[in-house]
Amino acid sequence: MTAAAEYSVEVRNIRKAFGSVDALRDVSLYARPGEVTAIVGDNGAGKSTLIKCISGVYKADDGDIFINGEPVSFASPEESRSHGIETVYQTLGLVEDLAIWQNLFLNREAVKGIGPFKFLDKNTMRQRSTEMLENLDVYIPSVKSRVRGLSGGQRQAVAICRATGWGSHVVIMDEPTAALGVKETAKVEALIHRLKSQGIAILLISHNFDQVLRLAEHIWVMRQGNVMAGMRAKDTNGDELVALITGASAGRK
Amino acid sequence: MKSNETTSNSSTSVEEFDASFLVKFRTRLKDPYFWADWMVVFAFLLVVIIFGAIAPTKFLTMYNLNNILIASAIPAILVIGQTFVVATAGIDLSVSSVMTFGAVTFGLAFTNGWSVLFACLFGTIAGALCGIVNGVIISKWKINDFIVTLGMLSIASGFALVLSHGSPRQVINESLSKLAIGAVGELPYLMIIALVLATIAHFALFNTRFGTHVFATGGNEDSARSMGISTVRIKIAVYTISGVLAGFAATLAVSRIGSAEPAANTALLLNSVAAVVLGGVSLFGGRGTIFGPIMATILLQSLSNGLTVVGVASYYQYISIGSVVIISAMLVRTSK
Repeated sequence: MTAAAEYSVEVRNIRKAFGSVDALRDVSLYARPGEVTAIVGDNGAGKSTLIKCISGVYKADDGDIFINGEPVSFASPEESRSHGIETVYQTLGLVEDLAIWQNLFLNREAVKGIGPFKFLDKNTMRQRSTEMLENLDVYIPSVKSRVRGLSGGQRQAVAICRATGWGSHVVIMDEPTAALGVKETAKVEALIHRLKSQGIAILLISHNFDQVLRLAEHIWVMRQGNVMAGMRAKDTNGDELVALITGASAGRK
Repeated sequence: MKSNETTSNSSTSVEEFDASFLVKFRTRLKDPYFWADWMVVFAFLLVVIIFGAIAPTKFLTMYNLNNILIASAIPAILVIGQTFVVATAGIDLSVSSVMTFGAVTFGLAFTNGWSVLFACLFGTIAGALCGIVNGVIISKWKINDFIVTLGMLSIASGFALVLSHGSPRQVINESLSKLAIGAVGELPYLMIIALVLATIAHFALFNTRFGTHVFATGGNEDSARSMGISTVRIKIAVYTISGVLAGFAATLAVSRIGSAEPAANTALLLNSVAAVVLGGVSLFGGRGTIFGPIMATILLQSLSNGLTVVGVASYYQYISIGSVVIISAMLVRTSK
């Protein structure tokens, strides 16, 4: 990570259209390291499209993306990942029938080779998985257990662990607590605090204003493919966010 | 492989035999996956006990065991391919006719003066081509696997008939007939080949990245793709494996019959799907073993062999095997 860059991620004038529908009209925003940056907006505001442009799933029609001040262009999610950007989708991206360690190492399996034959190095992966999960304040029975048997909070923890366990410095989270109970939400929020303290930039998409105001340092409001406003969380409140999201307030930039 | 694991488990538990072991054992028994994995072993024991009791002098002989193993070899090779396909939540209904197509191409090459080895290679490549076509259409064009492989079932049998003009070709070769009847001790060559392939398949599934990606593709395709796994490539690969194995099994089939038959063997298709279900491979993908389906293949052959030995007309065998398949699928389903 280059310490000089002010923003971990910055997007400038991003446009993306699907046929005649402009999903992103002219979006510019940024996220600082060690902060939670929230993106709020109604359904169809363009939050998911924006995230997918940053994580390499979509390619923006126009505009620039900067990672630590360096201009980048992603043709695939792997390229985004290789720049230290990890995404925890709402669906989590876990395979229920695989063990926790297999999920943590999915498509990054450790192998040891005999000539052209490469075999899985299961011991190394299990051991490293245990270490990765030890950092979490979430009870996980064993890295050998299948994800199917885990609760929603445990699954979220595994998904976040996978996203952060590879030296990533930007983690995008799409509605991380939407499907969780009160207690599990608290655990996941504690986890987000911990990531923040490690200097990771977190891009958080959430519909829960209380959560956004509780967790985020910076908030961007999107509406109909545009950024309506960007402000420090301490300078705003739920009423203003609602007004910006619904269009009752014209926005401030 | 499984029996080794259990013995090593029980040997360690001798030292630490306490209540926790019993608790563990009880939770294992309640785990539906435990039953999915082990049902086939219990069913096999049941078949052996029943037919052993009815006809001990006919069923429980080395000669008969040898028969069962020889009869199991070809379906076992087909079921390996089917297991890879079903593990990705797909299905290959074309296996038996691809094998027939492979047998006809083998016969064509052999009677035109090719050596057994090259004729075998030719048949295998013919099978591989069918598999690649299946895989590409299913994964790239996203056409339903059931429809595509059902279509291939017809196409491959059609080509087999066209190429052979509808009549079998005699294949007389000394090394081929040795292959068909030879054995190491009581283990027939054919079964040894099947077991070698099964061992390779087991390692590919459980000890390589490819295997993990096969299960990931079947378990949750969206997740696999979001982690950067090319599920298209994985699917093409598994259908190709199925085609290759069917094409290769054709050589063994020719060696057994002594001729390349263009007639499709639909019993082998039922067998491969049945053995996969019986062997505890989830039809929804993401779960399975090689051991289970191989064991299930031997079980199904034992069942039909047992019924023959005790004198049940072969018509009834279709009914009994079909019933076993449906019941086993119900057992796995209800326990979930």
